Amino acid sequence: MITARCKRITAGLLAAALLLPAPAEAFCGFYVARAEADLFNESSQVVLVRDGDRTVLTMVNDYKGSLTEFALVVPVPTVLQEGQIHVANAALVDHLDAYTAPRLVEYYDGDPCALGNLPYLSERAAGMSKSDAAPARERDEALGVTVEARYTVGEYDILILSAKESGGLETWLRENEYRVPAGASRVLGAYLKQGMKFFVAKVNLKEQSALGYATLRPLQIAFEHEKFMLPIRLGMVNADGAQELFVYALTRNGRVETTNYRTVRLPSGNEIPVYVKDEFKEFYRAMFDRQVEKENMHAVFLEYAWDMGWCDPCAADPLSNDELRELGVFWLDDGPQAPYDKRWGRRPAPPSGPPNVFVTRLHLRYDFEHFPEDLVFQETGDRENFQGRYVLRHPWTGSSDCEQAKAYRRDLAARERRQAEDLASLTGWDLELISRKMNLRWNDPASDRPSNDGGDTWWDKLWRR
Amino acid sequence: MPPRLEPLLRDPRHYQIAVLSCLLAYGVLVLDFDVRPLNALVLFGTALLTQWLGSRLTGLARVDLRSPWISSLSLCLLFRTESPLWAALAAFVSIGSKFALRSRGKHIFNPTNLGIVACLLLTDAAWVSPAQWGSGLTFAFLMACAGGLVVNRAARADVTLAFLVSYAAILFGRALWLGQRWAVPLHQLESGALVLFAFFMISDPKTTPDRRAGRIAFAVLVALGAALVQFVLYRTNGLLWSLAVLSPLVPLIDRLLPAARYVWPGETARATPISLPELNAPSFGPVPSLGGKR
Repeated sequence: MITARCKRITAGLLAAALLLPAPAEAFCGFYVARAEADLFNESSQVVLVRDGDRTVLTMVNDYKGSLTEFALVVPVPTVLQEGQIHVANAALVDHLDAYTAPRLVEYYDGDPCALGNLPYLSERAAGMSKSDAAPARERDEALGVTVEARYTVGEYDILILSAKESGGLETWLRENEYRVPAGASRVLGAYLKQGMKFFVAKVNLKEQSALGYATLRPLQIAFEHEKFMLPIRLGMVNADGAQELFVYALTRNGRVETTNYRTVRLPSGNEIPVYVKDEFKEFYRAMFDRQVEKENMHAVFLEYAWDMGWCDPCAADPLSNDELRELGVFWLDDGPQAPYDKRWGRRPAPPSGPPNVFVTRLHLRYDFEHFPEDLVFQETGDRENFQGRYVLRHPWTGSSDCEQAKAYRRDLAARERRQAEDLASLTGWDLELISRKMNLRWNDPASDRPSNDGGDTWWDKLWRR
Repeated sequence: MPPRLEPLLRDPRHYQIAVLSCLLAYGVLVLDFDVRPLNALVLFGTALLTQWLGSRLTGLARVDLRSPWISSLSLCLLFRTESPLWAALAAFVSIGSKFALRSRGKHIFNPTNLGIVACLLLTDAAWVSPAQWGSGLTFAFLMACAGGLVVNRAARADVTLAFLVSYAAILFGRALWLGQRWAVPLHQLESGALVLFAFFMISDPKTTPDRRAGRIAFAVLVALGAALVQFVLYRTNGLLWSLAVLSPLVPLIDRLLPAARYVWPGETARATPISLPELNAPSFGPVPSLGGKR
């Protein structure tokens, strides 16, 4: 039994739930996902496997505080049997994160004299994974709370609660040493009236030490219900500021989108200055901040949508069938995967027809004000591939002086200018600072770069041979 | 107003074409709607062709391409698929239903609505993205104004108003029952898809009941049906499903509450309500077997 004086309700979402980061005053010394280890503060990850009315939900806790303090409350549509609850290996979600992460791609320009003006060739993908980036029987009855089931699964003690009214549930939670944030009652009440139950998990310290895991493993639940949604409201009740959520959806037919919030594609395919290679995380964070701002924090962003059978370029290998099964993909057959082509850093589409797992990576920043409703999803028939991909093009630095080389250098100046402007527009970074980092010397006559803003003018092209 | 423009402006369909075209342009250029050019071409081509074919087969004197043009625009705005074949089927069902599924000389289903719902039923490869309009209040307001113009012109503002009021009442009532804050129903009402449906689909004068009381009852039923699909069955596209399922009630409502039928400007003489016995009356002479102008 957990004896901590102050347990937190790290309230959840049916899905996205996870840990409720809350201010210290409300939660006696509170948990905040660490900025130094994570790309985004207060981030949660959820894997949603969905086909028909069947859902398998994997919730990742990047909880780093004292285990006695950990608690998770997730509204669920049905009472779950023990067999519907599982503890997964965190590495699976890390792999999925890496596979779907926005990526940086490098190209090297070739010698224009030798190759004509065809940009060559060597392409390398550097994925940016997000993990860099993200709760006396008589008394129960008096309160109207029923403990529908009690299980110990892995290192977790799990209760499935149903309640008659939110006040009773809130009191029950408090009496059982869960610190329920002020205002939770209203949200709990709304879920209760919709017939939802509550999945409540704490860490069983004995089991935890016997199992020997250093960190908490992701909890998985499987259920069958028409609702294809992710309750995020409980998690927002007491949150201090915006939270970050990554949803990885694994479906059979196609891309997943939200039906009550706009799903927007993250900018992709942009050429960015080469120096950003060392600042890719900062770039991605700044770019995401900027996009959230542009959409007034009312949108869900699509970062990746791809057939799980392949990738190009690969930020990580696609997940194996065993990994997918472990994550809950219940419809898999044992179709062969195409061999990984190390030289090109990609895995071709399998020859034996389309594989039947489609992955969608959604990323959102949400708070109480901008996301008043839970996320509702739908699976579309869209199988078009999309990835957050940013391109570095290393210029050719040779010294040849052929006509093509001169033209190449002129084009290069315009290209670098475009890259700088693009970067400024994507991230909101200062153009001058970018120019300085790029060593752009706009007025250097020797470099053949134009001193005006627009790159080559028509008259430049007319007489400069 | 120049005299030549006036007859053009009197027909609400011209407003509708203008407004839907602007919305489509806004959707594609600003909101990055996934409208594939080939699919759009197939939608328009199939719709216009089906109209032509239907008009010829039913012996209409004149092929009027304005209605299929409107249906095509609406399909481009709402219907999503990767396959031109499904696009073609959606357009064919939309327009074909106007000729094939009729009761007392009036088509039963809103064409676009039936085309979309038929494809949603038949395949996983077609879908509707209801949230892609975002929930910006300003935009919803703009659409409401633009749509208002159309419904006023079409003299069917009552159905839109009745629908919006009853749907809003359901959303606010639900929030009140659940103890949610008002931000929840407000967010649900800010949906561009809802405004589009209220002003451009349910308001179709050709598929709504003829008497005002009937239209209001129908609008309330559609709002209830939509809420049922969304909040009890937990399915998406509640508005579209509700309208499609309830449309067959319109002939029944018309029988209980008869009134003069709506006619587009310029088709007054021939589009008076035609019941089957009337079809055999010699005074109609060349009127086709199914009667009425589509």
